Amino acid sequence: MDAIALYIHVPFCIKKCAYCDFNSYTELEYVPLYLDSLKREISFYSNIERTISSIYIGGGTPTVLNEKELPSLVDAVRGAFNISPGLEFTVEANPETITREKLKVLREAGVNRLSLGLQSFDDKLLKAIGRIHTAEGFLKKFFMAREAGFDNINVDLIFGLPQQKVEDFCDSLKKLLDLSPEHVSCYSLSVEEGTKFYELKEKGLLFLPSEDEERMMYHSARRILEEGGYSHYEISNFAKPGRECRHNLVYWTYGEYLGLGAGAHSFIDGVRFYNVYDFKDYIEKVKEKGSAVENREKLSGEDQQAEFIILGLRLVKGVDKTLFYRKFGKELDSVYGDAIKRLKEKELIVDDGKYVKLTEKGLDLANEAFIEFLP
Amino acid sequence: MKIPQDRIRNFCIIAHIDHGKSTLADRLLEYTGTISEREIKEQVLDRMDLERERGITIKAKAVRMIYRAEDGSDYLLNLIDTPGHVDFNYEVSRSLAACEGVLLVVDASQGIEAQTLANTYLALEHDLEIIPVINKIDLPSAEPERVRREIEEVIGLPADDALLISAKEGIGIKEVLDAIVKKIPSPKGSESDPLRALIFDSLYDSYKGAIAFVRIVEGKIEPGQKIKMMSTGKIFEVTEVGIFSPEMVSVDSLRAGEVGYVVAGIKNVKDTRVGDTITDAENPAKEPLPGYKKAVPMVFCGVYPADGEDYEKLREALEKLQLNDASLFFEPETSAALGFGFRCGFLGLLHMEIVQERLEREYGINLITTAPSVVYKIKKTNGEEVMVDNPTNFPEPSKIEHIEEPYVEASIMLPAEYVGAVMELCQEKRGNFKDMQYLSEKRVVLRYEIPLSEIIYDFFNQLKSRTKGYASLDYEVIGYRKSDLCKVDILINGELVDALSFIVHREKAYSRARQLVEKLKEVIPRHLFEIPIQAAIGGRIIARETIKALRKNVLAKCYGGDVTRKKKLLEKQKEGKKRMRQLGKVEVPQEAFMSVLKMG
Repeated sequence: MDAIALYIHVPFCIKKCAYCDFNSYTELEYVPLYLDSLKREISFYSNIERTISSIYIGGGTPTVLNEKELPSLVDAVRGAFNISPGLEFTVEANPETITREKLKVLREAGVNRLSLGLQSFDDKLLKAIGRIHTAEGFLKKFFMAREAGFDNINVDLIFGLPQQKVEDFCDSLKKLLDLSPEHVSCYSLSVEEGTKFYELKEKGLLFLPSEDEERMMYHSARRILEEGGYSHYEISNFAKPGRECRHNLVYWTYGEYLGLGAGAHSFIDGVRFYNVYDFKDYIEKVKEKGSAVENREKLSGEDQQAEFIILGLRLVKGVDKTLFYRKFGKELDSVYGDAIKRLKEKELIVDDGKYVKLTEKGLDLANEAFIEFLP
Repeated sequence: MKIPQDRIRNFCIIAHIDHGKSTLADRLLEYTGTISEREIKEQVLDRMDLERERGITIKAKAVRMIYRAEDGSDYLLNLIDTPGHVDFNYEVSRSLAACEGVLLVVDASQGIEAQTLANTYLALEHDLEIIPVINKIDLPSAEPERVRREIEEVIGLPADDALLISAKEGIGIKEVLDAIVKKIPSPKGSESDPLRALIFDSLYDSYKGAIAFVRIVEGKIEPGQKIKMMSTGKIFEVTEVGIFSPEMVSVDSLRAGEVGYVVAGIKNVKDTRVGDTITDAENPAKEPLPGYKKAVPMVFCGVYPADGEDYEKLREALEKLQLNDASLFFEPETSAALGFGFRCGFLGLLHMEIVQERLEREYGINLITTAPSVVYKIKKTNGEEVMVDNPTNFPEPSKIEHIEEPYVEASIMLPAEYVGAVMELCQEKRGNFKDMQYLSEKRVVLRYEIPLSEIIYDFFNQLKSRTKGYASLDYEVIGYRKSDLCKVDILINGELVDALSFIVHREKAYSRARQLVEKLKEVIPRHLFEIPIQAAIGGRIIARETIKALRKNVLAKCYGGDVTRKKKLLEKQKEGKKRMRQLGKVEVPQEAFMSVLKMG
């Protein structure tokens, strides 16, 4: 049986962060109803003939679920699917929602990787961007997780925040290194429509660092983390040896995945499909039909090839040319020779014969490279 | 029933835009029963959508009415419509030449405007009977007495018996018709003389070919007759003659004094030039009617399809437009920056805008147009004289002995309080003050001699904005004068972009070059490398801006749920690039080429 990654979306948060455009809501009273639907959807897909090779429960904030709800959700998954032993099983968590009891039940349920949203060690910044925790609060929960037995922890950071200085960010990075998490995600802030930040930006009230400063932060992150023993393996991701996120690697290596919950996307047999976005609509639709697919898109060969490259180029090691050939039966160079040539001239990519990958400059300007591969 | 010549009245309406010419025309048609109220699609005489939207009449047309006057007899009234814009001055003069009288329509609250005045002088030159009509008397702001005085003082026309009407409300329409009958003389001219017919307009019909709209001055014209165009000597055989009522209706013949149309298997409107005289080929008149001149394009610009594949479509569209517009000139042109397109010549700015708009709207072609240019007369050091309508073709500075540019005499009519502001504008535009005349305590007419190039470069907008829209402008080309001009070139990333070159007075070169490079910096997106934008005269750089290199364009996150959305984002970026022009290594958006127009 082919392997597949499983994603489950929990679209609830205690509070919406100022930069967040994710599918999340603060109407926590709906959690029980939502969980019922999620379990129904899980059972809907239970006869899928795949082995689950990784599980990722993301959000929102999955840890807004209580000590009973969390294991019951995992039980439903385990009951429905064929789960490969020793799989990577990640749950996202906001430090403020973590309790010793939750950590315990998660461990018992087989969750072996935790992803914590820290964003910054600067309390003033945390407050300004609408986080509900402090640096101190994060530290407490980080150690609590370690005590509970989590030996594979990711921490999220954001850079390019309003009024953030390069030194501030480097300071956060160094403090994080002292904790030695297995994995670090460093995201460049992007101001999306529909967020508080967007509103402020429109009014001219969002004071972001300059582009040069922002890039300096990114370059600093690469240097500091690499010096600290992390390898930079994807545009925004760093890991200690062997600790790359296996679940996310599935996305970037064009593997297949099943996404459950409101707005979740799936990709199976060359078909991309996704659930209705709004969680109330999702609840209704599952009640009605058992699943909540809003749309399906059968990708053309051209589209698949483009996506394969665009996703693959996000990996620092690049796109494996042999893999491309195996998947599409064509040489990468015969399909994208011109694009690759242009991009080499622009010094955005290099080609070592086996892999095509972004240069350092290419990592800052990846979109300029990606668009060359679109059909 | 044939109406004798002494009961024919041929007349025009002179009015400023919005002073109610078209509404009055509609009322006259309605009152004489030429057309029923239901048939009136708002304004019958303005047929093109574009005309209706802009509230102006572009091409002259005619309509025939029968009116039973108080004396019990039927009179034949021919209303010849005139274009209402400065670009079409010559066409106005030809329409006037086809008449014996005019209705001078003046808005009761606005008073006389520059255009009205200019056209009234034209009418006086033609010895036409002028009937003053004060319109819109129903408006609360109407001041008919003030306007009456203005007509007397400004034009020197007795206005005691000026008609007070409201075309919109239908007040005074009968009085207008009676005045036409009583005051406007009937046409003279003998039917037995050799044919002389004045072409005052033409229309292209895909079945009948070019149709000439004529006023028969002497003689008569009928099907089967061989006719000759006196300016070209070309001969055609008449297949149909007719009248406008208001649709075209064929008749047996047209006689001296009458207005109608002539169909003669003419393939091209270029052979039915406005102002030309038609005569009988076998019994020709000795002299043509006076005043014919070929309409000369004054303003030129490059017109390119935004999508190179539309080139043929653009050619066909221009050909079609030219069928109906003999004053539109075009010839193929290539630009290193814009590829294949056409150099087009127009009577003026409005004419240019109308053509561009019709190409885009009626023919669905996206255009890139270059900044308009006038025609320069350049004396070279080797004694040769060349006419240049495209900055690209400017000779090298060292080979130029001197340059001459066309000047116009501009008459600007405005409320006295704005005189200072407008004089300042005219100074900025290199105008030479001629005189200033008080029309009344509150209204002034300013006369300036100004280079035409300054008029086409944002003058009208500036005039409007500095006078809150209260000024009106009329101008007439008065000839060429020597000027200290130079060509400014634009270099993007070190490469000359021919489509952005412009000619400017040396004293203004620096400031205009600055404006343009700043504007280009705004509209050209950042690239992976730094892009210098320079303006140069000859080899000397006079202005420079730098577009900084793009340092970041990356999506921080792309997980399973993001792929579709992020791909759309990338597609949008790609689509944006597609719409750019590649100039060397630099991608330039189309609006960059228009930015030359939008400065000032």
